[in-house]
Amino acid sequence: MLIYVARRLALALVTCAAISLLTFIIIRLPPGDFVDAYIANLAVGGSSVSAEQADAMRREYGLDKPVAVQYALWMGRVIVGDFGVSMMWKRPVTEVIGDRLWLTMAVSISALFLTWTIALPIGIYSAARQYSIGDYVATTLGFIGLAVPNFLLALILMYLGFRYLGLSVGGLFSPDMAQAPWSWAKFRDLMVHLPLPASVLALAGTAQLIRIMRANLLDELRKPYVVTARAKGIGETRVLVKYPVRAALNPFVSSSAYLFPYLVSGSIIVSLVLGLPTVGPLLLQALVAQDMFLAGTIVLLLGILTVIGTLLSDLLLMWVEPRIRLQGRA
Amino acid sequence: MVEAARRVLSVRDLVVDFVQDTGTIRALDGVSLDLHAGRVLGVVGESGCGKSLTARAVLRLVDRPGRIVSGKVLLDPGAPAQQELTALDPEGEAIRAVRGGRIGLIFQEPMSALSMHYTVGNQIIEAIRAHSGLGKSAARQRAIELLQEVGIPRPETRIDAYPFQLSGGLRQRVGIALALAADPEILIADEPTTALDVTTQAQILALLRRLQRTKGMALMLITHDMGVIAQMADDVAVMYLGKVVEFAPVQQLFAAPRHPYTRALLRSVPNIRAVPRERLATIGGAVPHPESRPTGCAFHPRCPEIIAGRCALEMPPPLPPDQEGASCFHVMPKMMVDA
Repeated sequence: MLIYVARRLALALVTCAAISLLTFIIIRLPPGDFVDAYIANLAVGGSSVSAEQADAMRREYGLDKPVAVQYALWMGRVIVGDFGVSMMWKRPVTEVIGDRLWLTMAVSISALFLTWTIALPIGIYSAARQYSIGDYVATTLGFIGLAVPNFLLALILMYLGFRYLGLSVGGLFSPDMAQAPWSWAKFRDLMVHLPLPASVLALAGTAQLIRIMRANLLDELRKPYVVTARAKGIGETRVLVKYPVRAALNPFVSSSAYLFPYLVSGSIIVSLVLGLPTVGPLLLQALVAQDMFLAGTIVLLLGILTVIGTLLSDLLLMWVEPRIRLQGRA
Repeated sequence: MVEAARRVLSVRDLVVDFVQDTGTIRALDGVSLDLHAGRVLGVVGESGCGKSLTARAVLRLVDRPGRIVSGKVLLDPGAPAQQELTALDPEGEAIRAVRGGRIGLIFQEPMSALSMHYTVGNQIIEAIRAHSGLGKSAARQRAIELLQEVGIPRPETRIDAYPFQLSGGLRQRVGIALALAADPEILIADEPTTALDVTTQAQILALLRRLQRTKGMALMLITHDMGVIAQMADDVAVMYLGKVVEFAPVQQLFAAPRHPYTRALLRSVPNIRAVPRERLATIGGAVPHPESRPTGCAFHPRCPEIIAGRCALEMPPPLPPDQEGASCFHVMPKMMVDA
């Protein structure tokens, strides 16, 4: 088993290196560079930049060097933890992402928690009582939840919240708190603002999760070991939870890898609509401005989180699935 | 001889329907049979005749869309403590005490019948504790004894093995240990050896026979294998399309089968003294789908001894439980006289 873990770790490192290369290539794919985008932007405002100034900027960011050298320089710094300076914000990338990263994770984790606590019990109920009225209600709501675009729901909830509850909607903080340093008051303010974006983000996931849980569990419920468990004379709830639900949760474990990048990037569109200071909109801006180091860092982060997520979900699967844990040791 | 043993379970006119969009399928059409303490009832028939469903219906384990429409299942019939299992709530306390506690069930496929997520010990201990007040370590001790009893070598280590780490034969022994966990008086074995190779099959049957004799249990052995019936059963119920069509003590059944279906089944058993290269006899046609149940006697389209103008129109009267005979117009007159 240790060998297995070691092999997975080595593979993960190789994958990360490949991701960094791909990230760099993708970031450099659009024609032009940050300086071109910057000049174009200034031109819209009526001012212009001289050729010398542009060249100086390119030299400053290392854009004048061959692509391979640029990649090597970037990677050399990244390895020691220096992600460069955001061209757009004129501040170190780590500082720009910093706070937003934690806020994004707060929003995403609450959304995820909400999704699971709502979806899993409903999915289990829906399967255990297939074709009951409750199942039909859950299925109908599930489909509606799946069909309504998140940003639309965000707009509707914002309107309702503002119109009837008089909430200050949008953002994660009240206007007077946004720039304030961290304090209990600011934390409480965050807690007040968190439920709306969290529920919007949770909605589609909930609908999907109900469907998956229901389908997984229906498959398991048909298996003979469920009858065996019932034939032992143990209670129905115990039969359900100990045997088929346990088995039906396994696919969730193996797909949990994809949760990690989601936790960080969140939903870009919903974040934009709700004006959330999260990582998603930042990535969008960075890409539009061709802010190479900022965009590169975020994309690299997402890629590496996927790799870490996969590794963790493999280890988790080994823990919950004895057939994998004990392979080759019959 | 049948009268001598105590009746422990009676199934009377059991009817099970499967209600589907395409129509209602009558899967059990008035099954009656009795189990006696210390005796083995063999239930034989082709696939789809309702053997396994009868076993499940007894324990109220028929899943939707299946439904017990009428008929009774009585535990300890005639005794003061008689229990009508068909009247119980299928998820209730009372039926759960019966499941595993009074009636143990052994399954066909020991691979899929055991959960792969828990150790053998975990699954057996759960069954033990469901029916006794034993603590964890006492239940574990009991589980080891059970594994020993069903002939599993090194039970104190095997108890911590997962089912997929065991061979098919060992797995079925675990299945038997599981069924015996709460010392039931009745054992229902649903094709317990079908998934096993011949050598293992013989060992498992011998084990079942030994356990049944020493514990004086009533065993209902469901199989489609006439060889297994000959080796194991005291009495035999032959089922066809949801009905018991013949009942007889085992010697009687093999010496003088009454129902044309039973005769056809016996003809299709391979014989070691048969003429080499001769085709094995088969029963013409296939079991009709219960949805398109033939009129009259359900076996008439395949019956070599069909009485024109009668078998296709009239239903032969059902067989009274525990009485030798066959539900067939060729046999009925004689039976009426006997009765």
